[in-house]
Amino acid sequence: MTTLEENAGPVHDPTTDYNIFDPQFVRDPYPTMHEIRESGCPIAHSNRWGGSWFPTRYDDVVAIAQEHEIFTSRDIVVVPRASAYTEDAYADVAAPPITSDPPDHHWHRRLILPVFAPQAVAKYEQSTRELCNTLIDKFVKNGEADAATDYAQQIPVRVIATMLGVPLEMSDEFTSWVRGVLEIGLTDPKARLENRINIVSFFKEQLEDRKANPREHDLITDLLNSGDQYPVTDQYVLGVCNLMLVAGIDTTWSAIGSSLWHLAQHPEHRRQLRDNPDLWPTAVEELLRAYSPVTMARIVDRDTEFQGCPMRAGDRILMSFPAANRDPRQFENPNEVVLDREHNRHVAFGSGIHRCAGSNLARLELRVALQVWLERIPEFSLADPASVTWAGGQVRGPRVCRVRF
Amino acid sequence: MRVRVDQASCQGQQMCSIAAPEVFGSDELGHATVLIAGDLPAELHGKARRAQANCPEDAIIIEA
Repeated sequence: MTTLEENAGPVHDPTTDYNIFDPQFVRDPYPTMHEIRESGCPIAHSNRWGGSWFPTRYDDVVAIAQEHEIFTSRDIVVVPRASAYTEDAYADVAAPPITSDPPDHHWHRRLILPVFAPQAVAKYEQSTRELCNTLIDKFVKNGEADAATDYAQQIPVRVIATMLGVPLEMSDEFTSWVRGVLEIGLTDPKARLENRINIVSFFKEQLEDRKANPREHDLITDLLNSGDQYPVTDQYVLGVCNLMLVAGIDTTWSAIGSSLWHLAQHPEHRRQLRDNPDLWPTAVEELLRAYSPVTMARIVDRDTEFQGCPMRAGDRILMSFPAANRDPRQFENPNEVVLDREHNRHVAFGSGIHRCAGSNLARLELRVALQVWLERIPEFSLADPASVTWAGGQVRGPRVCRVRF
Repeated sequence: MRVRVDQASCQGQQMCSIAAPEVFGSDELGHATVLIAGDLPAELHGKARRAQANCPEDAIIIEA
């Protein structure tokens, strides 16, 4: 394992030495992705952070995502866990189905898909709208707000808490745990483990509670009782709860934040959405394409050559859906946001058997959050563009984004 | 023009129902279904083609 200093030093050639945690890359990764994509080596490799491959072309990312037997999901974080922190009391609790491979994957996914089908998530639209309005009530008279912390960050965590039937007052703690695992934890294994244990112990109590007091129309109760088709274990249900937090919160909050950051700078797009509400479904897909928040990882199962790259068993691959979604071979003028883009085969939610299970919920939250914001605050701009900060690595989005209105 | 969904390829991206909500829907798992069994009216041909082009899984089949 390289030292922190070696991981963080200056990058001379991104095709052989990229650093996804480099502050410049976190702020604006697209020029580096472009440089790698258009080089003679569009699948870059770097020894930093445990070593990884970084495909940047759409076709390569999609091909790897769909080849799930060779490119497995036995680990999906972009940095390997430090060995001192791999053993924890809940080591058998993963995040199914995102961390599952076939054959378990089939049932792990089959049991949760009905919860996230478009017609199933539609019932959260009204409460999400009310939530967004309540958040805006708190700051609308101030003439300014932080679109990331006062708004975007507050929405998905409450939607997920509602789905899981756990107290909304836990929202701040959930947010801090998720950041501990996915944001701070990516480069700080101790924080990662502590927060992971917070999440799993919290849900372990919830499981015991549901076993003692089953509830009607309750996701955790339903999951515990779904064993007539597949042997459902506590580890599986705990894993799903863990997944809903780590996959359902900062991802969607990042997409909402990036979209507001974009709209703050594009009055013509705000106008377009106001004048033509039919545009919403297409516009949401375009914002997801242009500001895809999520990068997953895959682990190579066996030595294989992919597009001339000698990949070894155990190698890590960064599944950069953001890079794929800006490939000019697939998208005309990929760096431009075109709200009525007709051909948009984006893979913001991945591709293949691990397509994001919560994609329909994420779309709904993103659309409603932006609609309510524009209804209440039709005109706004960045208060100080230089003060915007971003999180990067596995999930990219603004963490501070002050706007004036 | 008729459309089909290759269920072995469909992963429930729902890009088809976004591009052509008159033509594609969703089953209980969120996988695509075809809402119009027979020939599509001509005014939906463009949307059906867009649905096919936007599917990252290549799961939409169009029979002319």
